[in-house]
Amino acid sequence: MSSALTPDLVPAADQQELAPPRRRRRRMTLGRAIAQVLRYLALAISAVLFLLPFYLIIRNALSSDMDITAPTWTIFPTDIQWGNFRELFTDPSVNILRSLANSAIIAVLQTAGQLLICSMAGYGLARIPYRWATPIFYGVLVTLMIPPAVTFIPSFIIVSQLRWVDTLQGIIVPVLFSGFTTFLFRQYFLAFPRSLEEAARVDGLGYFGAFWRVVVPNSGAFFAAIAVITFIASWNAFLWPLVIGQNSSMWTVQVALSTFLTAQTINLHELFLAAAVSIAPLVLVFVFLQRYLVQGVAETGIKG
Amino acid sequence: MATSGALAPATRPAPAERRRRGLAGVTGAFWLFVGPFLLGLVIFVYVPIIWSVVLSFSRAQNTVTPGDWVGIQNYIDLLTPGPFLDSLVTFTIFAAFIVPLTFALSLGLALLLNQVTILRAFFRSVFFLPTACSYVVASLVWKLSIFNGVRFGLANKVIGIFGIENIPWLATTDPPWYWLVIVTVRLWLQIGFYMILFLAGLQRISPELYEAAAVDGARNAWQTFRYITFPQLRATSVAVLLLLLINAYQAFDEFFNLLGNSSFARPPLVYLYYTAQGNQDYGHGTAGAVILALLIMIVTLAQGRIFGFGRAE
Repeated sequence: MSSALTPDLVPAADQQELAPPRRRRRRMTLGRAIAQVLRYLALAISAVLFLLPFYLIIRNALSSDMDITAPTWTIFPTDIQWGNFRELFTDPSVNILRSLANSAIIAVLQTAGQLLICSMAGYGLARIPYRWATPIFYGVLVTLMIPPAVTFIPSFIIVSQLRWVDTLQGIIVPVLFSGFTTFLFRQYFLAFPRSLEEAARVDGLGYFGAFWRVVVPNSGAFFAAIAVITFIASWNAFLWPLVIGQNSSMWTVQVALSTFLTAQTINLHELFLAAAVSIAPLVLVFVFLQRYLVQGVAETGIKG
Repeated sequence: MATSGALAPATRPAPAERRRRGLAGVTGAFWLFVGPFLLGLVIFVYVPIIWSVVLSFSRAQNTVTPGDWVGIQNYIDLLTPGPFLDSLVTFTIFAAFIVPLTFALSLGLALLLNQVTILRAFFRSVFFLPTACSYVVASLVWKLSIFNGVRFGLANKVIGIFGIENIPWLATTDPPWYWLVIVTVRLWLQIGFYMILFLAGLQRISPELYEAAAVDGARNAWQTFRYITFPQLRATSVAVLLLLLINAYQAFDEFFNLLGNSSFARPPLVYLYYTAQGNQDYGHGTAGAVILALLIMIVTLAQGRIFGFGRAE
């Protein structure tokens, strides 16, 4: 498995795929034309199915409950209920703003913290010739075999001993030390051209200077890819924030939605609008940073 | 997570460098870079796991302090027929659906996309868009809109056209329609992700191989796929299968939000959640976590043995 863990100089996965494998002959026969039409038909049907849930969220978010539960299906509400927004944001029993703020704080700090801690650790493990570096690296590798979710009870125990249950740091800090992200950074830095660092060394920079002034500024795309993936994972995380953020003031937007879903204490349209609001930031990330996202998926999915 | 490749020590000291900077400089720099991470890893990964192994031999109701030793009783309780073993059965059924379906559909979409040029980026974005959605939001849409058991649920609306009675999708075990709900929600969420992995794999196949196959008489698309594309995707396929399996093993969000603590489909993490957070039974909770961790380690090591760490195509 060789992955695309390479510095900026190499094109990203999504750029490469603009050139599909060239076929032997491009002769357009009737059979080929029919096959192509069928392909587009299959793609179009799939696309409709994939977009359907988004349509349902938007439709229900802008409808009244009466429209949602009506016996005849309305494709889209004729009188769009813009008032739903005011209702959602002023409903004291929901407090969506608080949970959105919690999610934002957690996702931003987790992303920034993980990038800082894991990139430095990855660089140290890849480049600094310390005597115990290899045994320490094996110690990191062992932890990769156990996905963090499987050990949520052990992690909860340590957080409870630190008296961090129902705190934001309890949700944020334990996730920062990702062996997996460190591993990805190490693999990336191993492929980083040494000549650039040696030039920095000649200029009298130590490891710290070389890392911050030469390596990081030339690794923007890789950092961006890891950042986008981490941010999305953090924003959408559910089990860990559910276990640690038990008090409603510590709910992330996912935990809040889940609570309203299982308890069904609020109106349908409010619930769907809250869902729409909760995915809006990620859709923005998606639209503007898709290049990094695709690259991140291709690189984190298949690694080493 | 799977680990593979490049296990060779990366950090052979270059003699000249060592002379120039001195050993103390290297040691200090290493700990400056790696120290914070290692400290966190010890506190939040190693200590909790060791603590849990110790606690799993104790009776620990409403406490996380070991002391009331019961030997391997917690393990015996879990491994005798009961809800924990049922949860492993639930995982097995779930994996038997979700792993092959996701594999086939994401590979199929990747192959389709690879053969078209017009609107290719558009379709890729559409299929990838659900990655932006959380399991909670998807569960919400599936439970309250698509598979709502009452007449305004979309699925019931559609089957109503054909004169079929409303089905309470999540509340019936005969037939177990809830599997349809559970499996489709994850399919929708994860197909795009794996499709991207397959697309990246397809891009790495050299076009010359297809030309050679044509010369050698590969007649149709199936033969090309069978003898060129699929073998060339071996590394990607192995990684995708393992990822799918590991992710199914950790299934929690959609089961929790769609079925709650319902006994008919409770995967391991949901069972452990209700054992530890619900009943405050940390003895059985940690014993269960230890068993799950050991099982996943065995799977990871076995796949390394079978497929070879980092062996190229």
